[in-house]
Amino acid sequence: MSKLVLLGDEAIAQGALDAGISGVYAYPGTPSTEITEYIQRSDLVRQGQVRAGWTANEKTALEAALGMSYAGKRTMACMKHVGLNVAADPFMNAAVTGINGGVLVVAADDPSMHSSQNEQDSRFYGKFAGIPVLEPSSQQEAYELTRYGFELSEKFRLPVMIRIPTRLAHSRSAVERSPTREQKPMAMPADPGQFVLLPALARKKYRLLLSVREKLEEESGTSGVNRVEQGNEKKRGVIACGLAYNYYREVAEKHRLAEPVLKISQYPVAPEMIRDFVGMVEEVIVLEEGYPLVEESLRGVLETGYVIRGRMDGTLPRDGELNPAIVAGALDLRREKPAAVPGVVKSRPPALCKGCGHADMFLALNEALAEYGPGRVFSDIGCYTLGALPPFNAINSCVDMGASVTMAKGASDAGLHPSVAVIGDSTFTHSGMTGLLDAVVDGSPVTVIISDNSVTGMTGGQKSHATGRLEEICGGLGVEKEHIRVIIPLRKNHDANVKVLKEELAYEGVSVIISDRECIQTAKKKVRKS
Amino acid sequence: MKKDIILAGVGGQGILSIAAVIGIAAVESGLHLKQAEVHGMSQRGGAVESHLRISDGPVHSDLIPEGECDMILSVEPMEALRHLSFLSTEGWVVTSSNPFKNIPDYPAEEVLIAEIRKVRNHILIDAEQIAAEHGSRKASNMVMLGAASAHLDVLPEKLEGAMRTLFERKGEEVVGMNIAAFRAGREAAVRG
Repeated sequence: MSKLVLLGDEAIAQGALDAGISGVYAYPGTPSTEITEYIQRSDLVRQGQVRAGWTANEKTALEAALGMSYAGKRTMACMKHVGLNVAADPFMNAAVTGINGGVLVVAADDPSMHSSQNEQDSRFYGKFAGIPVLEPSSQQEAYELTRYGFELSEKFRLPVMIRIPTRLAHSRSAVERSPTREQKPMAMPADPGQFVLLPALARKKYRLLLSVREKLEEESGTSGVNRVEQGNEKKRGVIACGLAYNYYREVAEKHRLAEPVLKISQYPVAPEMIRDFVGMVEEVIVLEEGYPLVEESLRGVLETGYVIRGRMDGTLPRDGELNPAIVAGALDLRREKPAAVPGVVKSRPPALCKGCGHADMFLALNEALAEYGPGRVFSDIGCYTLGALPPFNAINSCVDMGASVTMAKGASDAGLHPSVAVIGDSTFTHSGMTGLLDAVVDGSPVTVIISDNSVTGMTGGQKSHATGRLEEICGGLGVEKEHIRVIIPLRKNHDANVKVLKEELAYEGVSVIISDRECIQTAKKKVRKS
Repeated sequence: MKKDIILAGVGGQGILSIAAVIGIAAVESGLHLKQAEVHGMSQRGGAVESHLRISDGPVHSDLIPEGECDMILSVEPMEALRHLSFLSTEGWVVTSSNPFKNIPDYPAEEVLIAEIRKVRNHILIDAEQIAAEHGSRKASNMVMLGAASAHLDVLPEKLEGAMRTLFERKGEEVVGMNIAAFRAGREAAVRG
């Protein structure tokens, strides 16, 4: 088989295609988006043999995947780490129902928050649910562990998580493929009650899940994914999880270190494997990309005297992603002081594109709100979050998908009027609709601005479920027709738009203003294509 | 052989195309490769970077260790300086002299140029001017790749072949323009 140069994301996608998936379900989110995009470009999707559409959100993605698994087929749901919070309900319960066709849940974590609101470590979700987690350290491993993940899933009848951080998701390297597998035929679950989590059945299923735990540990002890690399050093050993292994190898090669290494890429880890390894040396240092999951499991509440170093004792920073310099520092290696970056270098934060419709919307909103004073705009996750920065300084919150609408409702209930939500079209159909229904049913006066650019913009212009449907959705949820207004955010319409906004801000009920202009990047792409 | 290169610029200036060309050429030359890039929010007019590592042996870390980078290849002078802590003492800074001013406190150009000249090994190129002479300012990134090519340990023919692969679907005219820009950049760097 030929070698391909692939992003970590793409290696997972190719691995899943070669493992015979029948569908992938996902909502775009950095750094996970390229998995689904790669599958969408494949011949199998073009020929209609594999489903690869975007979903409304991560919860619907994972549920659809579970349905495909019910029907006996292999499938995958992909999301960024915070997307797993949205999908947490089906995620936790799918561990209890178990699967029929193999299911992989890919969680792409973003330590150091390059493009996220937090740096939660998805391995904890895997532990919480009690399912196996695979954490590749390279693009080749991402490919291989994806294929192995489906076997593992079907062997133990459980969903399996693949966890990758940004630096693997968005790094390219050569990947060697293995022979492809045919898709599985449709087949109903052998037990018709498998997916019925009535309490009496759920209790049985949960005990079954608990009983598998030891077998999962045994599996990770024998699969060869976790392995000990012997070294001559007797004092210190290194436990390197996922991507951290690469940074250790980088540093070890340069400084000719000869420590024994326990490389971990599969969880739950077999306790004997750790005990045997720890017994070989006097102290261990635990290198993990993310939270100290393994380190925490090694440290008891009672002091044992054994030296464990890692993120919890300050040997490594408690937050942020690792890199070779941090790992070298943790191993007490002396480094030359790097050259200083001249003070003349100024920070260059991201900004809204020239000609972006969000910008004209914010200018109009700022003017319309001037008479009420600042602090009234709840916003959301998308390019328009940049409205928090100068020159706009237009928004006062960005918490999670859909929170603009519901926070505006809560503040309005507390007496804030006007109370404004600014949300994108795709974010609105992801998680904003239900909040709008709350406001309508409860009669909370809020002004919801849907800044509609007809795509999921920040992740690169994926198809938005909202396109062409917003007025009908809002009307259907019960917003009065005369308070669903549409404006076109262009400079020439500024005064007219300010007038519409002022009218709706003054209205003491639920109103929606759809600010409708195509994403400038998507528009440019269309021009280039024609 | 091992080359660690940081590619720098502002979102939309085409550094990922430079990375793709070097990447294709490196793999065609039988070298190992890792190339880390940043996607998502940071692309919107913000500073962007890509760590590109090529070697005749396996490459471990996706990120280049601080102080060990062989070259900073930048399409913008201030962005070239942003990554100086990564440059090794013998490393090269190859950068365009054309500023991209999208922030209110962008520093004076002569101060930036003076800082770049302090780096022992540097190449400063007016990439936009050269690119314009060869068809389009958009090819500034390939001018910069050309300027850097003498220090890359990848044959220029391989790089041109990779450009052909990358730009093929955009038509022969685009391929020709980019290759011309690449050659002009290479010459300009040699002339000094």
